Amino acid sequence: MTFSVSIQTQDFDVSQELAALRAGDARVGAVCSFLGTVRERNDGSSVASMELEHYPGMTEKSIAAMMDEAKKRFDIYAARVIHRVGLLHPEDQIVFVAVTSAHRGESFKACEFLMDYLKTQAPFWKKEVTPEGARWVDARVSDDQALARWGIQAANTFAA
Amino acid sequence: MNVTLKYFASIREAIGQGSESVHTQATTLDALRDELIARGGAYAEALARGRAVRTAVNQDLCDGAMALSDGCEVAFFPPVTGG
Repeated sequence: MTFSVSIQTQDFDVSQELAALRAGDARVGAVCSFLGTVRERNDGSSVASMELEHYPGMTEKSIAAMMDEAKKRFDIYAARVIHRVGLLHPEDQIVFVAVTSAHRGESFKACEFLMDYLKTQAPFWKKEVTPEGARWVDARVSDDQALARWGIQAANTFAA
Repeated sequence: MNVTLKYFASIREAIGQGSESVHTQATTLDALRDELIARGGAYAEALARGRAVRTAVNQDLCDGAMALSDGCEVAFFPPVTGG
């Protein structure tokens, strides 16, 4: 599948995913990827673990739409997004975005675009366990600003 | 009309459930939200005007002006924090 998204609890193998993404496509000259992992600290506290909740159905649908948008904006051949849900710990892999293209400019941009889009529009919520107790992670204004660079209004951190 | 409601994250915790079915007179998402706020208690606090609440109808993000249809799915959730 040239454009695919997986939402899953299980871990993934970056090397396998990259190989699968470009397999059999000799037009590809560039493969760009991003890997998001769980940090041990966030917003001034140490993090023992993190629970990722999502909106089944909407999660896949929204990310597929983001990939359609990436396809329109950038000259790319294939893209893969994997996002884990459930209980995670520091150093665990959370999210993977990979894109292929003929030359590096397009896949670098598409990869960043997909991450900026996902950060403010994909229905996931993180709850982290700190020494002070469990708390929901706050959305960041800087993520809205990142998406604005691509000309899209994030409208994520706002009051309505 | 009949609507399936879904709540996520801190809103789900405050309200105490992730899903419920309602029969409503509301024809827009804003009107439905007002109906829920009018229930008082946890609903009034979690969905209060001025709080950061995002909405989706049939799994597409939308604003309060969105029209509802019989059998649709409406979700209320906090700003997203994935990735």
